[in-house]
Amino acid sequence: MTISIRSVDKRFGRYPALNSVSLDIRDGELLALLGPSGSGKTTLLRVIAGLEFPDRGQVLFEDEDVTYLNAAARRVGFVFQQYALFKHMTVAKNVAFGLDVRKRRERPSRPEIAARVDELLGLVELGGLGRRFPSQLSGGQRQRVALARALAVSPRVLLLDEPFGALDATVRKSLRRELRRIHDATGVTTIFVTHDQEEALELADRVAILNAGRIEQVGTPDEVHDRPASPFVCGFVGEANRFEGRVEGARFASGPVVLAAEGVRDGAATAFVRPHQLALAEPGRGFEVTVDRLTVQGPVGVIEGRTADGQRIEASFARKDLGGVEVRSTLRLAADHAHVFPDA
Amino acid sequence: MGVTLTILSVIVLIPLSAVAIKSAGLGFDGFLAAAFSERALRAYQLSFGASLVAAVVNGLFGALTAWALVRYEFPGKAVINAVVDLPFALPTAVAGIALASLYAPTGWVGAKLAMVGIKAAYNPVGVVIALTFIGLPFVVRTLEPVLRDLAADVEEAAASLGAGRLSIIGRVILPALAPAWLTGFAMAFARGVGEYGSVIFIAGNMPFKSEIAPLLIIIQLEQYQYGAAATIAVVMLGVSFLMLLVINAIQAWARRFV
Amino acid sequence: MTAPVTRNARRATEDPLWIRVLVLGVVLVFLAAVLILPLGAVFAEALRKGAGAALAAVSTPDALAAVKLTLLTAAIAVPFNALFGLCASWAVAKHDFPGKALLITLIDLPFSVSPVVAGLIYVLVFGAQGWFGETLLDHDVKIIFAVPGIVLATVFVTFPFVARELIPLMQEQGSDEEQAAVSMGAGGLTTFWRVTTPNIRWGLLYGVLLCNARAMGEFGAVSVVSGHIRGLTNTMPLHVEILYNEYDFVGAFAVAALLCLLAIVTLVLKSILEIVQPQVHAANHVRPGAPH
Repeated sequence: MTISIRSVDKRFGRYPALNSVSLDIRDGELLALLGPSGSGKTTLLRVIAGLEFPDRGQVLFEDEDVTYLNAAARRVGFVFQQYALFKHMTVAKNVAFGLDVRKRRERPSRPEIAARVDELLGLVELGGLGRRFPSQLSGGQRQRVALARALAVSPRVLLLDEPFGALDATVRKSLRRELRRIHDATGVTTIFVTHDQEEALELADRVAILNAGRIEQVGTPDEVHDRPASPFVCGFVGEANRFEGRVEGARFASGPVVLAAEGVRDGAATAFVRPHQLALAEPGRGFEVTVDRLTVQGPVGVIEGRTADGQRIEASFARKDLGGVEVRSTLRLAADHAHVFPDA
Repeated sequence: MGVTLTILSVIVLIPLSAVAIKSAGLGFDGFLAAAFSERALRAYQLSFGASLVAAVVNGLFGALTAWALVRYEFPGKAVINAVVDLPFALPTAVAGIALASLYAPTGWVGAKLAMVGIKAAYNPVGVVIALTFIGLPFVVRTLEPVLRDLAADVEEAAASLGAGRLSIIGRVILPALAPAWLTGFAMAFARGVGEYGSVIFIAGNMPFKSEIAPLLIIIQLEQYQYGAAATIAVVMLGVSFLMLLVINAIQAWARRFV
Repeated sequence: MTAPVTRNARRATEDPLWIRVLVLGVVLVFLAAVLILPLGAVFAEALRKGAGAALAAVSTPDALAAVKLTLLTAAIAVPFNALFGLCASWAVAKHDFPGKALLITLIDLPFSVSPVVAGLIYVLVFGAQGWFGETLLDHDVKIIFAVPGIVLATVFVTFPFVARELIPLMQEQGSDEEQAAVSMGAGGLTTFWRVTTPNIRWGLLYGVLLCNARAMGEFGAVSVVSGHIRGLTNTMPLHVEILYNEYDFVGAFAVAALLCLLAIVTLVLKSILEIVQPQVHAANHVRPGAPH
């Protein structure tokens, strides 16, 4: 199902949580809402779910205006950050809840519900745990129950709020793949909220990046990483060295650091260079860096250093290219690519 | 540590054992005769029955009160919140005469009730009214923190799964409250069984009709029937102890889900 | 297809208006009938023959003696139980020993014992027919039907108040802070006064407040041991009873009004403490859905 969000505003008291947000979500895609805390991403998710209602704007499911339809009538699956399982019900009862509360005419028969519960517990790989209580499960298992429960009502869209936020790192990684697998198996349109860019880039078909209640950019993981639309996106997605300086005649200069800035108008500007976009340069090219620290992370070597005017800089190389580099030595670096944004 | 145990023994344990020893002095038959005389049985019946009814009334209205205090904003909420504790702070004798004067057939409320044929004082109804007064804060104050801690996301989860408001209340909120509700109910009941001060003014105190068990103890005492008084006390202590066990069992059961 | 748009959509955690109005209405009527009207009735009855009559009733010698005895009883019982509460909660929260759960239950026991039974046990121990009755008689010491009995019974019924406030507070704190203080060279008493006491003072105050209200208002237990001797062993609640049974309603309600004032002061102080006490604040934690 497609979802259209049109110029949605939402304030909490005087605090604007969403500021004229528009977003189109495609049928069957897995979309990440990525942003720092306070960026409005959870509020946007809750507006889509009908747990929060916008002050202005519209929410459409296909062509249906659901802006002020309450959550119970929307048929969305929502997975809460703390899972929000019903503690007094068994796992099976939790999963069956959405079917059990239907009006008699629409409610499947008991055997049908039981079969659906079994099928879903199988899908999330919790077969046989239906009679346990949530308190008897691990965090990762609770997460899967929450997912199965949300899927039980055959939701038109699946919404997940920081789905992996409460889990430790290893469980998080395997559940990420799991969510991708389940999404591909069910084909349901899925939106999840995260503040973890790695999670968003790895998992999502497209990423919407929010900042201060506005959408900064929507695009595939590659697009937002390689062609950031704003300084914020550039700084938030992936690692980047940041320089303040001026553009004159398609050249950006910040002290000794000089970068190509094709098509950027003259004046004050901010430039971003990713660590892997820096390379060792011939004498006479690039700029000089003094090495403060040298670390090795698997096949990659990372240099932390300073330019002649004291700006901090980080660069990463294949380890084999680092022969002869030592702490306190100086070397020349040049950027093969940079993102330069004129200051507003 | 030593000080704690010594004081506990001197103030609580040794005197308590005195009732057991005194009643044992009656011998087995004497004990049975005193514990289960017709008059005593009627008194237990009233004490336990009225406490049960009052606890049910409080279970219902106390739950609504706790709900309103936690979930709604309304003018005067702070005052209402403070007033709920009145039964903890108001001497029981004062409560007793106040309720009696209010609900007596000549009283402000009692007169109106009398017009519709309800006699609300000097009979078991009066006992229930007094015990309702005494037990209310137990239910409200045990439910309140649980209700407050009941995370909003659980209700939202139920709503997103298609449950209507009444379904959410019935299937999600009430079951989650059940252990605290039972605890508050049991505490209100236990307190009601032993209550004396607030009841005697409104009860009428007619033997076999509106005489509560604690009053019977005092009557036996005034007639120097120490053994009989102690025996009734032993029965009531037994029930208190049972209630403590029940409350602990409820709480142990509730911990299973947390 | 477009669903009808209504701007006044209700959030999932909100009750419909009709439920809110109904619940609030029922609650207010119920609380008025059970709590507020009786309180009003006391003052109305006390002032039925004017403020002068009420004032006269509370300043008779017998009434003044009752006030004095009530204050005396509270002045002994409350500090005693506060000290005991400190000892007991210290013992329970900071140490581990077999039978700890049993000890906590025993401390709570007086709450579940009928006040009448509480009075009775002291009559059985110290009364003329009791265990120590003859010994006491020989030495001309009167406990039952005298002030010591009243104090003892009051101590019994108010026994758990302070301990029960402090035990959870102290348990929650654990002993890390004390251990830190001791590791920095503080002695036992210093640690107690400088580290433990500041942490528990609001809880202590809270317990003392409730303890005091019950001590001044206790009726059942005191009634059994007092003997109702006017001017000598009558506390204020007992004096209320006597006047009431003598159909001196203005007098009874005038003294009752004094006790009501005490209750109101207690409730006001309690509300203030609940605002000041940080633990109560922490309980009102933010619900999800607020911006974060």
